Amino acid sequence: MSDYNFAYLDEQTKRMIRRAILKGLAIPGYQVPFASREMPMPYGWGTGGVQVSAATLTPADTLKVIDQGADDTTNAVSIRKFFEKTAGVATTEETGAASIIQTRHRIPEEDLREDQILVYQVPIPEPLRFLEPSEIETRKMHSLEEYGLMHVKLYEDIAKHGAIATSYAYPVKVEGRYVMDPSPIPKFDNPKMEMAAIQLFGAGREQRIYALPPYCKVVSLDFEDFPFEASKADHACDMCGATDSYLDEVIMDDSGGRMFVCSDTDYCTGRRQAGHIGAQAAAASAALEETAV
Amino acid sequence: MNTEVLKGGFGNAPVDAAYAFRAAMNAMACPGTVEVLQGAQPPAPVSVAAGTLLLTLCDPDTPLHLAGDFDCEDVRAWVSFHIGAPVVAAEFSMFALGSWEALAPLSRFAIGTPEYPDRSATLIVEQEVLAQEGMALRGPGIKDSVTMSLPETEAFQMNAMLFPLGLDFFFTSGDQVSALPRTTKVEVA
Ligand SMILES: [Zn+2]
Repeated sequence: MSDYNFAYLDEQTKRMIRRAILKGLAIPGYQVPFASREMPMPYGWGTGGVQVSAATLTPADTLKVIDQGADDTTNAVSIRKFFEKTAGVATTEETGAASIIQTRHRIPEEDLREDQILVYQVPIPEPLRFLEPSEIETRKMHSLEEYGLMHVKLYEDIAKHGAIATSYAYPVKVEGRYVMDPSPIPKFDNPKMEMAAIQLFGAGREQRIYALPPYCKVVSLDFEDFPFEASKADHACDMCGATDSYLDEVIMDDSGGRMFVCSDTDYCTGRRQAGHIGAQAAAASAALEETAV
Repeated sequence: MNTEVLKGGFGNAPVDAAYAFRAAMNAMACPGTVEVLQGAQPPAPVSVAAGTLLLTLCDPDTPLHLAGDFDCEDVRAWVSFHIGAPVVAAEFSMFALGSWEALAPLSRFAIGTPEYPDRSATLIVEQEVLAQEGMALRGPGIKDSVTMSLPETEAFQMNAMLFPLGLDFFFTSGDQVSALPRTTKVEVA
């Protein structure tokens, strides 16, 4: 017996998580309870996603970790280092080179393949939680497909704002059955959830795992007269010129200068390396150089 | 104790189980695909793939049903030594292992409850061969449709009608595994 735990978790814990993942894949969108373990990082850092990744990784994997689309945040870097150390896996920042991608708050712009797995860090897995605080009640509502309140809430948005105001964690219905929280991704990403890769969701504090097999039917809730719209800033990326990517607004200087940049940094880098140039690319590099000095 | 029993576990459990789980997960996520599953050397009549599944997914927390010929002294001893799963009657099992004929009638197995549909049995069905021809499968995990040989059609159609309740199946033969979750719609091709 060795005292070394591959990917940090002990074998019994991994078996328990693996069983939950399989049931999650067999019942898409249903939240499977699991006994979440203490991880050597705070809950806000995606312990649910980390446990799912730990139970899924093999030594042959190449792992990518993104936080709001970026690979270089403290959170993403520390999770990547954690698995380099405990599982000996290779890591990458390239979406196409990764076999497992753990994410917080984004889906990569590049289409994922059948041989890839996307693991989401989920803070609040229950889409009905803000309508009904009781777990016993929400479980009953899911069992009875009682989703009327959710539609009422979205409709109230329309009445109040003239549109559905929910722009993150926009609820979806999976295979015509379970209403699911896609985690706090922008609703721009919702249509990408019908993808070729396996999607696994882990909520550590709330102790839930759920999953979407490839090509699973995922429909954003909407109304006939107010159809769902995968909106984003009406702008092109100022760095790479992309018009099809989700953008972050970045403040450039004290005088209020700002620009729009792809939130998916690997996508933006790839496009710039391929020669695409955005409207403010030259100015932005100059500004960056200045800060570097 | 028969010393043969001591053999046949994973050589390097954490790594062998990690690869085995990925094969099992890919099979369950993409019904109809055939994956290789290796690592265990279980006693007859258990296949390498079925033994590897048991080592990967079962432990003292997962009551196991051994059906028909699979409920024999050698298999019980191997399960007891390597896995520690309590061997139970069909109705109390989380996992079950046997031939299709021996696992019948399926109505004995737990299909979950409306609030906890995950509390359902997973059946490991040993087959002579796994062939990607026969019935047409559609549903989550399948791009359009795939074909796969199944021991019968009606049982899987009935099972799918129970959704979100129902049973989930692994099919094993030699070192190969495929799977069929409750979401898969089965039709005669
Ligand atoms: Zn860009």
